[in-house]
Parts: sequence; C-alpha cells; structure tokens
Amino acid sequence: MLEVQNLSMRFGGLLAVDQVSLDVQEHEIVSIIGPNGAGKTTVFNCISGFYKPTGGKILFEGNEVQGKPDYKISRLGMVRTFQHVRLFGQMTVVENLLVAQHRHLNTNLISGLIKTPDYRERERKSLDRAAYWLDRVGLLELANREAGNLAYGQQRRLEIARCMVTEPKLLMLDEPAAGLNPAETKDLNQLIVSLKEDYNVSVLLIEHDMSLVMDISDRITVINQGRPLAAGTPDEVRQNDDVIKAYLGEA
Amino acid sequence: MAANNFRHALFCAIITLIISYPIIGFNLEAQGISVTLTGADTSTVVLVLLAAVVVFLFQLFRDQIMGGLKSIPSPMPKTQKEPMAENKRAKIESWVLTGIVVLALFWPFFVSRGAVDLATLVLIYVMLALGLNVVVGLAGLLDLGYVAFYAVGAYTFALLSQYAGISFWMALPIGACLAALFGLVLGFPVLRLRGDYLAIVTLGFGEIIRILLNNWTAVTGGPNGIGGIPDPTLFGMEFGRRVREEGNTSFHETFGIAYSGEHKVIFLYLIALVLAVITALIIRRFMRMPVGRAWEALREDEIAARSLGLSRTAVKLSAFTIGAFFAGFAGTVFASKQGFISPESFVFLESAIILAIVVLGGMGSQLGVVLAAVAVTILPELAREFSDYRMLVFGAAMVLMMVWRPQGLMPMRRIHIELRRQE
Amino acid sequence: MQDLLYFFQQLINGLTIGSTYALIAIGYTMVYGIIGMINFAHGEVYMIGAYTALIAITGLATLGIAWLPLVLIVALICAVIVSSSMGWAVERVAYRPVRGRHRLIPLISAIGMSIFLQNYVHLAQGSRNIGFPALIEGGFQFGSEDTFPMSISYIQITIFITTLICMTALSLFISRSRIGRACRAVSQDLGMANLLGIDTNRIISATFVIGAALAAVAGLLLGMYYGSVDPLFGFIAGLKAFTAAVLGGIGSIPGAMLGGLILGVAESMTSGYLSGEYKDVVSFSLLILILLFKPTGLLGKPEVEKI
Repeated sequence: MLEVQNLSMRFGGLLAVDQVSLDVQEHEIVSIIGPNGAGKTTVFNCISGFYKPTGGKILFEGNEVQGKPDYKISRLGMVRTFQHVRLFGQMTVVENLLVAQHRHLNTNLISGLIKTPDYRERERKSLDRAAYWLDRVGLLELANREAGNLAYGQQRRLEIARCMVTEPKLLMLDEPAAGLNPAETKDLNQLIVSLKEDYNVSVLLIEHDMSLVMDISDRITVINQGRPLAAGTPDEVRQNDDVIKAYLGEA
Repeated sequence: MAANNFRHALFCAIITLIISYPIIGFNLEAQGISVTLTGADTSTVVLVLLAAVVVFLFQLFRDQIMGGLKSIPSPMPKTQKEPMAENKRAKIESWVLTGIVVLALFWPFFVSRGAVDLATLVLIYVMLALGLNVVVGLAGLLDLGYVAFYAVGAYTFALLSQYAGISFWMALPIGACLAALFGLVLGFPVLRLRGDYLAIVTLGFGEIIRILLNNWTAVTGGPNGIGGIPDPTLFGMEFGRRVREEGNTSFHETFGIAYSGEHKVIFLYLIALVLAVITALIIRRFMRMPVGRAWEALREDEIAARSLGLSRTAVKLSAFTIGAFFAGFAGTVFASKQGFISPESFVFLESAIILAIVVLGGMGSQLGVVLAAVAVTILPELAREFSDYRMLVFGAAMVLMMVWRPQGLMPMRRIHIELRRQE
Repeated sequence: MQDLLYFFQQLINGLTIGSTYALIAIGYTMVYGIIGMINFAHGEVYMIGAYTALIAITGLATLGIAWLPLVLIVALICAVIVSSSMGWAVERVAYRPVRGRHRLIPLISAIGMSIFLQNYVHLAQGSRNIGFPALIEGGFQFGSEDTFPMSISYIQITIFITTLICMTALSLFISRSRIGRACRAVSQDLGMANLLGIDTNRIISATFVIGAALAAVAGLLLGMYYGSVDPLFGFIAGLKAFTAAVLGGIGSIPGAMLGGLILGVAESMTSGYLSGEYKDVVSFSLLILILLFKPTGLLGKPEVEKI
C-alpha cells in the first residue's frame, strides 16, 4: 500500500537520504533500522509530508503523495508518532483524542453553535471512540488528567491511541519503545501486533530495540548514512554481512 | 562577593542617572524657530536622584529582598488541581459573569449620562478584547493590526449610511461580515508566517489601512473623517427630538414621555451590552467546539496538530476571521456611539490598548478580559490628573505582567470536556 | 537631462535615508541573530538618542560654545552614552527575565517597553516636535537653476561617510575582537557557548549596547537631516529599520546595510514619482511581500524546521 522509490533528501550540501526504497504491504509490519543519524527520521518526515523530498517518489495506495502537505497525507490515512512525544500538554487526555478526530467532527460552525442533534450525535460518537481507545491502551482511568502530567510510558501509549482514533490505514511509529522499561516494551509489542491483527492496520516502525524489531517485524529495511544497506525478513537481515559490519563497526 | 555586589549596584544606579537625568532634568522649549534649554525644577532633580538611590539599594540588597518576597506565601497558591475543581471554578466564573450582566442591565437607570456613555465605551472594548482574545489567547497568533478590522466595521457603517442611507441594524451584520472578509483575505497569505513575523506583518497591514483611510479623501473624507452617522433605532423608533427619516416614529412620542437625551445613551448602552454578551457566549461555545480545540492544539504543538490532519492555514484563518468579525461588530457600535469617525481613532496605539486588555486579563480568560477592560478604560477617567500617565503605566504594566505573571491577573481556566464513566 | 538629474536626486536622497535605516537596522538584526526576538523598543532608543543629541547641542549653544566639530563630537558622545545605557537597561529590565519563554511573551514585553519609552519622553519633553538645528549646511549643486538643480548637501555626505565608517568598524569588531567572536559563537548556539564558559548574559548585553550606540549615531544624523524630533519619531523609523533588516536577511549585518539602502531608495522614488503620502505604504508592502515570498531575506540563511 505504501511504496517509496529512490527517495532522496538534500539539506544544502548534506545528502541526508540517498535513494532509499521500501514498501509496506497491507497487513504488514515493516521496520526501518540503522545507526543513529542514518536518516531514518528524515525518511519519516518525507513520507508524512513534513519535508518535501528532493528526489524520488512516494506512492500511497497507488497515488503519488510526495510533496503533499502534511495534513493532507494524514487525512489519506497515514498517521505518525514522534521520536520525542508530542502531546497537547495542557489539554486533558480525552481532549487529545478529540482533537485528533477533528475531521470526523468537521461540521460547520453554525450547527455547533446551536447544537443541532446531528452535531450532538457526532460529538457523542467521538467521545465513545476516545473512550474505547483509552480503554484499549489502559488509560481510561486517567481520561480527565492533563496529558502533560502523565508518566512517560503513558504518554507514549496516548500518542498511539491519538493516532488510532483517526482510523489510519498505515501507522508510522518513530522509536515507540525509546525510554520504556522492559515490561512496558512487552506491552507495546503486544499492542502493535494487536493493531495489525485486530484492526487491520499496517505499521511502519523505526526502532532501536532489536528484540522488539526482530520479534514483530514482517520485513526490515536497514539504512546506513542515508543509503539503503539491506532489506528482507528478520532472519535474512540478521545474517547479512553488511548489516553486521555496520553495527559492529559502529559499536 | 559583597564588593562585587556593591560594584554592580553602583553601576545600576549610574545607569539609572544616565538614562533619566538628561531626559527629565532638562526641558527643551521651542520658541519660534529657536530652541532653548532650561533645567527642571529642584523637586524633579531630587526625584531623579532618589530613583537612582532606590535602584542602588535594591540592587545592593537584591538577594535579601527577593528572598523576603519569596517567603511571603503567595495569595493564590499554585496547587495541582484536579479537573473537577477547575470545572467548578469555571462554573463560578460564569455565575459571576451572569451577575455582572444582570447588574449592568439595571445600572444605567440610576447613574449619570456621562457614566453610561463611558460604560458603552467599556463594552466596546470588552467586545474588541474578547475578539482579539480568540486570536491571541486561544490561537496564539499575535495580531498587532487588530484595529484595522475595527476600522473596517466603523467605516462600513459610516459609508453605507452616508451613501446608501443604510440603518444601524442593517450595517451591523454587513460591517461584521466585511471585517471578517478582510480578515480572511489578509490572513490567507500571512498566516503561515512564524509568530513574531506575523505580528510585524499585521502591524504593517493596520498601518496601511489607516494611511489609505487618511489619503483616500474623496471617499473617506481623509483626516476630516465622516460625521452625521445615525443612531440606532428601536423597531423604527428614533431617539432624536425630531424624526429624521420618513416612516419612522420617535421613541418619546410613542410612549408619551418627555424627550430626554438620556434615552438614546441608555439605548446605545443596552445594545452594546447585548452585543457584548452575545460575543462572549458565542466565543464560549466556540471554545468547547472542535474548532476551539483545534485552535488550542495548534497553539500547543503545531507539528503534532498537523500530523493529525489539522490544516494549519484553515485553523489559524478561522481564528483570525472570527476575531475580525467581532472587531467589525464593535466598530459599527463605535461609529454609532460617536456619530463621527476619523482615522485618528484607529492608530496602532489602539491595537496596543486592546492587546494590553487581553494580556492583563490573562490570555484566554473571559472574566479577566471584562475586568481588565473596565480597569483600562475607567481608571484613567477616575484619576484625571493621572490621565497623562495612562500610556506610561500601560507600557510598564505590560512589561511587568510578562515578567511576573504572564498568565495575567485572572489566569485562564480551561473548560474541560469530561469523559463520564460509561455503564 | 533634467529627468535624469531628478532621478539622481531621488537616488541620493534615498541612499542617505537608507544608510541611516541601515544603522538602526543593525540593532534589530544583531539582537535577532543572538536571541531570536524582535527588539520592539529599539526605535525608541534611537529617538532618545536624537533627543539627547539635541539637548547637548542646545546646552552647548546656551554656554556659548559654537565650534562645530566640538559641538558634533560632544552631541555624539552624549547621545551614544545615553542610548547605550538605555539599551542595556531595556534588556536588563524587560527582556532578560522573560528570555527563553514562549515567543509571544518577550514580544509583548518589548511592545510594552516601546510604549513606556515613548510616553517617558512625551511626559518629560512634551509631545510637540522640536526644531533640530541644521549644523551642517550647504552643499554641491549640479545643473542650472532654471531647470532642475540636483544638489548633494554636506549633511548627506556626512551621513553617508559616517555610516560607512560605523559599518566598517562594526564588521572589524565582529570579526576580529574577542567580544565579536563570542557574539558569533552565541548566535550559533547559545547553550553551547554558555557551556564553553562564555558569559552569554554579558554578550547579549553587549549586543544591545552596540545596537543602541549605532542607533544614537543615526539619531543625531537624522535629527540634523530632518530638522526636528518628536516622541513618535522613533516608532516609524524603527519599523522601517526592521523592514530593512528583514529585507536584507535578519541576522546578517551586510544584509542590514543592503536592505536599508534598497528600502531608502524605494521610499524616495515613491515620494519623488508618486506621492510622499504613500511612501510608508510602499515600505510596509515591501516588508509583507518579502516575508511572504522570501522570509529569509536577500542575504539570510534558510531555516530548516526541526521535528
């Protein structure tokens, strides 16, 4: 469903991403791994429309989307999280989820001002959906807390829930396990798998936690210094000499 | 350490002298084409010296003073409140607001004409500040040219009544919509700019509109302005001594009471009150609606908001347009109250005053805005001998607020949406 | 021929005004380059410089001192000392306590400071404009009296030369001196400079002082050129100078010079060929267009949004 062909991104004299290609099929978890500074997040930023790539194509469900504005890409059904959690800290947990459903609620101003039955119905539905997902990630108890006051692991889960209420087709997670303890990482592992199995969402993942990546990924793409290094199933990647060299070389 | 402190204090005191003595201690007087210089009187010089001494002592004992201030318990302790308590607070705030409105309804019948007139002005400022609050407080966009939309509303009414004979009630929605349209058209290209650039660009727009009004003499009368703007009517009843327009009746004749100039003033006041209340209610509603949440989300984290499918331009533009709409509202009322408008009423300083009200009121809080509007408009009137110092105090207050209490006198209580436990 | 002379006259007037805009613009561009805020009160610092110079000139005249070089130098020194102190105090009182907070907070504080200073001078010296003696009179003339005489006055030449000297001195200072190096380091990365033992507060103060000193020079020059001062005289000039800074690329010192000159010429051409009333409209429109289409200005570096 997502196909990235020869993606390049140049900042002035620096070629941050050089001819990277990858694809995500429906019902699949694909991971991007690579040493720090390899350009993984830049790839994400290009796919999600925050950067306009300087070369290459990005196809989503057969349509070219490279260079489209970020909010349009998100509305197509590709939603992402951030390496450093980005919540609306002063809003409550449930309000964070309501903001995300903006476009489902996007009725005109007048119907909201006079509270038409249709408006109330939509508002109620979005609250229900928010409650459902909060329950799903185990944050229902904290629904009315300020999001900024949550513990780090809870903020990570809230960010994923906030993506899920937009009903995405492809979920893009940027280092979701960073800063989590082993128990939380295990929960995250189950959550991601369940998103794929139960909600039919494809996942594109950037992650440093190798056990998580090897455990849940269907396929893996390895990037080093902006260039694609290897791609394949976890087993293939694990045995790839270039990958071993890159990782050992770095360590 | 002590010596260091002493040197620093001395330095600060000398700086104080340098920046105040030449400017305050000498008076330039123009006599014809020649300029003479006179020294200020002794008391002024003593004051300047006193200021330097105060600065010196404060800097010398800064640590002790600041320590002393910190040990005094703050009157409003910052505690982590559960959302429930905050909602309760919001409820109290709306009760207080309702109380104020009820009082304001009956109040004009017991006070002087001048007081009612002043109160009308306060209400116009309340409307303006509530509108600007949407832009600055909720959406986080610093608009320094807000007065331009106010001018659009006022001039729309003035021109329509002059050239097309349109009444206040017709002009009210037209003025507001035209101001909103201006907001939309001006906002569209500039809203993708970063915060401080946006501020400067809106300031530029405000000035351009004022200069155009000033120079387009054929239509706007230039610096002479437009006069003879009609008063509002009540169901076709006019408030003047004689009926101006065919088909209208006069208020005092219809009700068989003696003519009094006060009727008009009170009527205008009541209109302003109703419009201010409507403004407050509509904006309150917006805050709970998806659009209000989108404003806040964009203010808090623009990148996250965009990643969730919020269009930066559309969300900002909605705040900008809605703010402009209410400025147009206020402008129409202002034109009607004054009966005469000129570009002089729409200078940058006016934008700064409205911004000061929003800032003092605590960006986002409605009760705070109302109180600040009252304070900013009425205090200088009460102490007329200090009215020269009004803008000086304003400027100082804006700086001090930003340094000490950027959340304003009445920090915003967010209206939270509650998730109730499902059965 | 006379059309050409008219054109050159506008060009020279524009370059004169433009070079003073550049002097004021330095204050905006250096402060923005280092702490990323618009020093809204800078125009007022410049206005105070002009007032101080006038007070010094009038004071010397009262004492009976009329030797021109002495008068100019004393006026310049007084203006620079008072304005620099003002610049230092403004930063200390209104900006340092709010540094690093949300972007709007320093800006509102700066607007408050600007209003405060305007009214400070207004209360002390009255709101009427006061005549500024034209100390440097006369000039060269080209062309014949009966068609159009183009003139370059000595004051215009003075303004131009003084600006060039100041700009050269500033560039040398920034590139050679210790403080200048520290300035560049701080503008690259404030936190890192701090870690490396640079007293960033001191450098930021120095930036304000340098900017204010140059504004004071501009205040003296423009006071003599325009022939009068009033408390609002800094506000518009400040906006123009800010426009110049943005036009040239905010943060860039040669950019401020270039932007000032372009803006000055654009304005004087508008006055010369259209109407003086619209010169402000032209400069504000220029500002808006630049921000919309090239927000980094002519010589500025592009910014990459960090996610």
